[in-house]
Amino acid sequence: METVTKEQELDTALLGATGDVANALENEAIYIIREVAAQFERPVLLFSGGKDSITLVRLAQKAFWPAKIPFPLMHIDTGHNFPETIEFRDRLVEELGLELIVRNVQDSIDQGKVKEETGKYASRNMLQTTTLLDAIEEFKFDACIGGARRDEEKARAKERIFSVRDDFGQWDEKNQRPELFDMLNGQIELGQNVRVFPISNWTELDVWSYIEAENIEIPSIYFAHKRKTFLRDGLIWSAEDDVVFRAEDELVEERIVRFRTVGDMSCTAAVESEANTIAKVVSEIRDSSISERGARIDDKRSEAAMEKRKQQGYF
Amino acid sequence: MGFSEVSSQKKLVTNNHIKMKVLKLATAGSVDDGKSTLIGRLLYDTKSLTTDKLEAIEKTSKQRGYDYLDFSLATDGLVAEREQGITIDVAHIYFSTATKSYIIADTPGHVEYTRNMVTGASTSQAAIILIDARKGVIEQTYRHFFINNMLRVKDVIVAINKMDLVDYAEETFNSIKADFEELMRKRDYQEQKITFIPVSALKGDNVVNKSDAMPWYEGQTLLQHLEELDLKDIYNTGTPRFPVQYVIRPKTDDFHDFRGFAGKVYGGELSVGDEVVALPSQTRSRIKEIHFHDKKFQTASRRSSVTITLEDEINVSRGDMLVKVGDLPTIDKQFTATVSWMDSDQLVPGKKYVVQHGVNKVLAKVDRIHHKISPDYSGIDTDVSGLGMNDIAQVSFKLNKPIFYDKFKDHRTNGSFILIDSQSNSTVGAGFIS
Repeated sequence: METVTKEQELDTALLGATGDVANALENEAIYIIREVAAQFERPVLLFSGGKDSITLVRLAQKAFWPAKIPFPLMHIDTGHNFPETIEFRDRLVEELGLELIVRNVQDSIDQGKVKEETGKYASRNMLQTTTLLDAIEEFKFDACIGGARRDEEKARAKERIFSVRDDFGQWDEKNQRPELFDMLNGQIELGQNVRVFPISNWTELDVWSYIEAENIEIPSIYFAHKRKTFLRDGLIWSAEDDVVFRAEDELVEERIVRFRTVGDMSCTAAVESEANTIAKVVSEIRDSSISERGARIDDKRSEAAMEKRKQQGYF
Repeated sequence: MGFSEVSSQKKLVTNNHIKMKVLKLATAGSVDDGKSTLIGRLLYDTKSLTTDKLEAIEKTSKQRGYDYLDFSLATDGLVAEREQGITIDVAHIYFSTATKSYIIADTPGHVEYTRNMVTGASTSQAAIILIDARKGVIEQTYRHFFINNMLRVKDVIVAINKMDLVDYAEETFNSIKADFEELMRKRDYQEQKITFIPVSALKGDNVVNKSDAMPWYEGQTLLQHLEELDLKDIYNTGTPRFPVQYVIRPKTDDFHDFRGFAGKVYGGELSVGDEVVALPSQTRSRIKEIHFHDKKFQTASRRSSVTITLEDEINVSRGDMLVKVGDLPTIDKQFTATVSWMDSDQLVPGKKYVVQHGVNKVLAKVDRIHHKISPDYSGIDTDVSGLGMNDIAQVSFKLNKPIFYDKFKDHRTNGSFILIDSQSNSTVGAGFIS
């Protein structure tokens, strides 16, 4: 049989034997990202260094090729990031020649705008909101592209693709614009901004499969590695960094773990895993029975946790 | 593959997940028809609920003193909803099987939420209408059917639910089916495919697994039906339309003269060499290249987001449209459409709105409201001064410049538009061009 070249393979894939696109989700996301560039004056891509925002960067590259991505990336740095994530972030923007803006939660704390949480469950996750809203105002961003997905959490299931935020960054879930067909209405008043979610319709598995298919590089903490850890509430926490509060009676043990999300270290638990390649991660996710946010303690605080944070302007 | 095999798998996902087909599905049902329970059941029986989500459902069901798992807790997202025990907006729910990824747009079925149902149906290729077997076809059912038919959703499943509460009686099913068939005679879009399935979402009969309690039913289960839908047939086809979203001009040494038109292909395919006309300028050219990222392709399929270059340097900008020579849409500064009104402020003759037709925006003035249409098939009302929230009506518009449209019945994308209020910037209505 004749060998199919990469090019031919893709050709058929895009055509689709059924006259339909091979990856409807990818094509939908590219359409959304192009709408942002066309409808807004000062868009920005919110970049956390996590797999979802890395996927967004790849999709944005595809949307505008052979031109560069026509907007900057912005990272709201909690100061509690995994060092591997920061290193990865800097390398990525360097390679792609993109503009990166970093704003620090530590500055908001130093300016007295927010107060650091204390105690066992102290996290900077909530504090990010103030830093983000200040940065949006500082740069007059009118559209912020984010990697949130509707399958992550119940409140997010109701989120629009173009989600209008008022001057205070707040989400009014009862007064959302209807979104029909694929028409996106980005008309806003001065002072308002729109949060845009191009991968709204992707599931966690869709993202991982895409990363595998596209051979996208991601930070090393997503893969199985040895780490000093301790157990609390049935979850595994990193004991390598003093960011995570650990009581003296919480025993440190070495485990082979990986992270399923790379949020603030203080609220991101690890999972025991042997998956050290993308392919193994994908098959692990496929067989997994714990949802992604199950490993994020901030959502467990209360059933309505996410909805409350969103109303306050959380990303 | 037998169905028992499917449901016994741990996770119903294939290796080539990334090339999987996506089916968007709308649901409609009245309060207490058990819509959320049905969706919860679909998730549960396809093993799509994760352990932590299941635990949360078990915990809350127990707290509330229920005898069974309340699957509706899997979908009712917002605090306000949980307090009132009803769904108030469009929620999106995801699950996958070996052959397809499903996205359910879960919309509430109250009279006051016609707008949500229209919204959910607009992005869907298939719909489930729920009927409570104890109540049969009620006024709400008319409305749900009307909307799915108006939006030309190709495949509709009428799920007659709560069969366990009518002793799984075939007569009840047949009598409801006959009532519904009566209703079907009145529909505008006659080609719509309609399938009746007796189910009990609570007990799990005929949702994913075949029911033992209804041996008289020989048809497919709800999921079997969805699994066998061919996406080739279910996406609305028409003639190719390429609205230009964005012009790509890299201005780099390597791509000095590159001028690409980025957009999504609707209706049909476009290929290299096709003779095209750019609208509104009516300038002709030929497709030189089709790019998707850094690869070139011979043909761009429906719904692909590509970048097209032309043989000639012609002036094309956002909102313009490329179409094939000899296959022009209507180019006009006026049209009549069925409008679904979604705002608390009334639509009145003489008022101006922004019409967003695909990625193109023009100013529009309401010329005339011909008549209101009752979404329960009870007729039309010609004595109308304005449209209120959830009204559906035949309306004529005059535009400040021409748009390039097809009739909605011929082209679901190029025949639809949204109305934007230029004061509030809100999306206040949707229209389907007649």
